[in-house]
Amino acid sequence: MPASPIFNPTDLIRFLPEIILTAMGTLIMVLDPLLNRRESKVYGTLSLATLLAAILAAIYAYSDAGPAFGGMLIVDGFATFFRVLVLGVGILTILPSFSFLKRQQAETSEFHALLLFSIAGQSIMAAANDLIIIFIGLEISSIASYILAGYLRDDKRANEAALKYFLLGSFATGFFLYGVALIYGETGSINLSVVHAVVTGPDAPLPVMVGLAAALMFVGLAFKVSASPFQIWAPDVYQGAPTPVSAFLSAGPKAAAFAIFLRIFMTAFAPIGHAWAPLVWASALLSMTIGNFAALLQTNVKRMLAYSSIAHAGYVMVALASRSEVGIAAAMFYLAAYACMNVGAFAVVSHLSGKGERYQSIEDFAGLAQKQPFVAAMLSIFLLSLIGVPLTGGFFGKFYIFKAALESHLVWLTVLGLLNSAVAAYYYLRLLVMMYFRDPGEAASSAEPLTPAFSAALILPAIGTLVLGIFPGWVLDFAGRSASLVK
Amino acid sequence: MELILFLVFAGIAVVAAINVVVQRHPISSAVSLIAVMGSLAVLYLLLGAEFIAAAQVIVYAGAIMVLFVFVIMLLNAGGETKAGRSFVASLLGVPVLVALLALLAFFTARIYPRDTEVHFGGFRGGTAQSVGRALFTTYLLPFEITSILILIAIVGAIVLARKELE
Repeated sequence: MPASPIFNPTDLIRFLPEIILTAMGTLIMVLDPLLNRRESKVYGTLSLATLLAAILAAIYAYSDAGPAFGGMLIVDGFATFFRVLVLGVGILTILPSFSFLKRQQAETSEFHALLLFSIAGQSIMAAANDLIIIFIGLEISSIASYILAGYLRDDKRANEAALKYFLLGSFATGFFLYGVALIYGETGSINLSVVHAVVTGPDAPLPVMVGLAAALMFVGLAFKVSASPFQIWAPDVYQGAPTPVSAFLSAGPKAAAFAIFLRIFMTAFAPIGHAWAPLVWASALLSMTIGNFAALLQTNVKRMLAYSSIAHAGYVMVALASRSEVGIAAAMFYLAAYACMNVGAFAVVSHLSGKGERYQSIEDFAGLAQKQPFVAAMLSIFLLSLIGVPLTGGFFGKFYIFKAALESHLVWLTVLGLLNSAVAAYYYLRLLVMMYFRDPGEAASSAEPLTPAFSAALILPAIGTLVLGIFPGWVLDFAGRSASLVK
Repeated sequence: MELILFLVFAGIAVVAAINVVVQRHPISSAVSLIAVMGSLAVLYLLLGAEFIAAAQVIVYAGAIMVLFVFVIMLLNAGGETKAGRSFVASLLGVPVLVALLALLAFFTARIYPRDTEVHFGGFRGGTAQSVGRALFTTYLLPFEITSILILIAIVGAIVLARKELE
């Protein structure tokens, strides 16, 4: 490892987003005893300001891109893209949580502090170029997520969700760590660039051992992105967790986990790509198929979105299976589009579910268009994008992924993936029909009026979805330029 | 001398590890685990990793095992009840285990030639000084961000253990 023993100011600037997030998270907790209970809106507002500041810091850090802390972090286009993405997901999580937390009478400073810490972990993952940093970032993000999933501790389902997520998640982390240990034993380094150099160099370790390490890490990471066959936890966790947290889990940690998935497998393990490609191929196909077909059978909307999220993880795995820079760029674009549409859809569920999250079934969406046409229109945009209708981000996301797959001659995977998207249209359309062609039920009638924060929580992702669908070049150009990872 | 010490403590570690699994009462298993941790500490010391050996005793044999014993006592866990064993497990369990271990030993011996093995006294970087130097220079960043991880664990424990939301 290129050792620079004492860090310099440049290192700190390249680490600024994480410093801001951690410092403000701590400050919010310190403020708690000083503030009156009725001022609990302050925490949310402060968190939003923190996230905006962190986005600016991430962009500023990119103006002077390069490695930091002796190559442990690397601030490049790829890192900046995912940093801004997870920070943006944070904003879209906090906006609907104002009214949600108020309704559940659960406004505390810890919720926002944990959320900021979790995002700090994901931001670290986005920029990490060293297995130990990746591991600690992953753990920061995951442990904070376990707690957030069980945040409403009087809710039995939330308890179940948190416990399942924690137990299975720790198990997956163990697999990942075994892989890291093996790599260190084989190559004598945990820096991805050095590992890549050793694996391709003259003293390369046995491919079997590198492959074994890659397989162990694959298990850990596939769990974190809820790709098949390690997706079992996702439906229970997304259904049981508080809805804004489900939205967060399905977008933030997943995007960050895909960031390290892409970085590890496309740099350190790129030389043995032919060995892991079939694994990713099978996992992609399984995720798409299981996710979409299981989603057809669901009556609970959160559970349906959970299965749909497994299917979407499958599409991103298709991009990884193509093992090309075009594939990396397509995965980045898709994750951005997916974050917008999925977080938006969950926000609507959180709005409609009412006190104690009573209304979650598909029937509860009946007649929403008559009672709250604006909410229904926004949800329609998200659903159409999830289907992949042209002029939405979801369409171009799928288009670029399957284009990348075809360029890498993955014809069968493309065909099966496209068939899958056709199946998926059914369950999204069912929700649309329910909203527009049924008489309003109890849930739609008792939905709360819109607050400004909640309207923003719907409008921002809708704008994101449409911009990605109408001007995809803006984001895709950047993704394409950032896709050549440092090796 | 070193070889004799190694053989004695490696033997204790293996026997105690088997005992952890075999014992029926959780407390007996926990005590056996302390023996495993203790003998591992001696092995680390033999290899020259002084700091790791001390940390092993303080953190694992000390703090973590006390926590284990506390949890066992708080849950008031009794001896295991014997569940009906599956026929396949009792027939194949031990042979498969032996086969796996033999395979592991075979591959290790094949892949790593003798001259790459670690020798007693061959490693001199294990003092508190050298570990501390590495931790606060090269590995400063991971060391510092671990503090966020611990902070989350503390906050999380409070969030999940508080009485109720007001």
